Amino acid sequence: MRKRLAPTRRRFLGLAGSAATISVIPIVSLHPAEATPETMAAAIRTVVGGAVVQTGKVKLDIPPLVENGNTVPMTVSVTSPMSADDYVKSIHVFNEKNPQPNMGNFYLGPKAGRAQISTRVRLADSQKIIAIARLSDGSFWSVSADVVVTLAACTEEVM
Amino acid sequence: MASALINVPKKAKRGDIIEIKTLMSHIMETGYRHTASGQLVPRDIITSFACRFNGAEIFRADLFPAIAANPFVSFFTVATESGKFDFEWIGDNGFTETASATIAVE
Repeated sequence: MRKRLAPTRRRFLGLAGSAATISVIPIVSLHPAEATPETMAAAIRTVVGGAVVQTGKVKLDIPPLVENGNTVPMTVSVTSPMSADDYVKSIHVFNEKNPQPNMGNFYLGPKAGRAQISTRVRLADSQKIIAIARLSDGSFWSVSADVVVTLAACTEEVM
Repeated sequence: MASALINVPKKAKRGDIIEIKTLMSHIMETGYRHTASGQLVPRDIITSFACRFNGAEIFRADLFPAIAANPFVSFFTVATESGKFDFEWIGDNGFTETASATIAVE
């Protein structure tokens, strides 16, 4: 009995192993250090310094439910007249659970006309995204969005 | 072989707000993935993107591994005069690519 079981189990594990290596579904064995809410807060502090970040003005368009975290469309817009003396200087996007807390920094100027940027991002897990805008008067405004990810990005094995 | 896709309106009226869309073909390897044998795949990403209009910078972005492969970035600008947009991508391992587009403002 035992003699017959062992090869079956071995064959099963062998099959499972080869399935894991050819599969595109992430089977993660080695988790890199991931960003945490604390490292995100630290990354935000390096951008805003000691300034108070107020809630509002910023709009973050990202799907609330994402099937594939490898490419997620994201648009950040800020309510601003974009005039010579009242404009958005930069937009910074942060996340909680990717390996790094930073996602992108975007620098605009008064000639942008509209304070809006779009890109595509990777999400390693279901998490909170925070967008912060720096205005020309030195104030910071933010918004956050929660995203649920079913297929994560970043950490899968490659061939 | 890297290549860029740029979408800029050919013509615009003075004062119009126009959208500029850019896409650069690039793997954007995060540096956090492992091969099946457990080796870390080294990071290879675009770290910086800039757009200049007639020599003056109008937009710049710092990119991180969290930006998806073949980074797409779109932004806006006001059409003030006819001229040329120059785009530049800089990345790991000495990666640099440029592209340009012209606009006629009437």
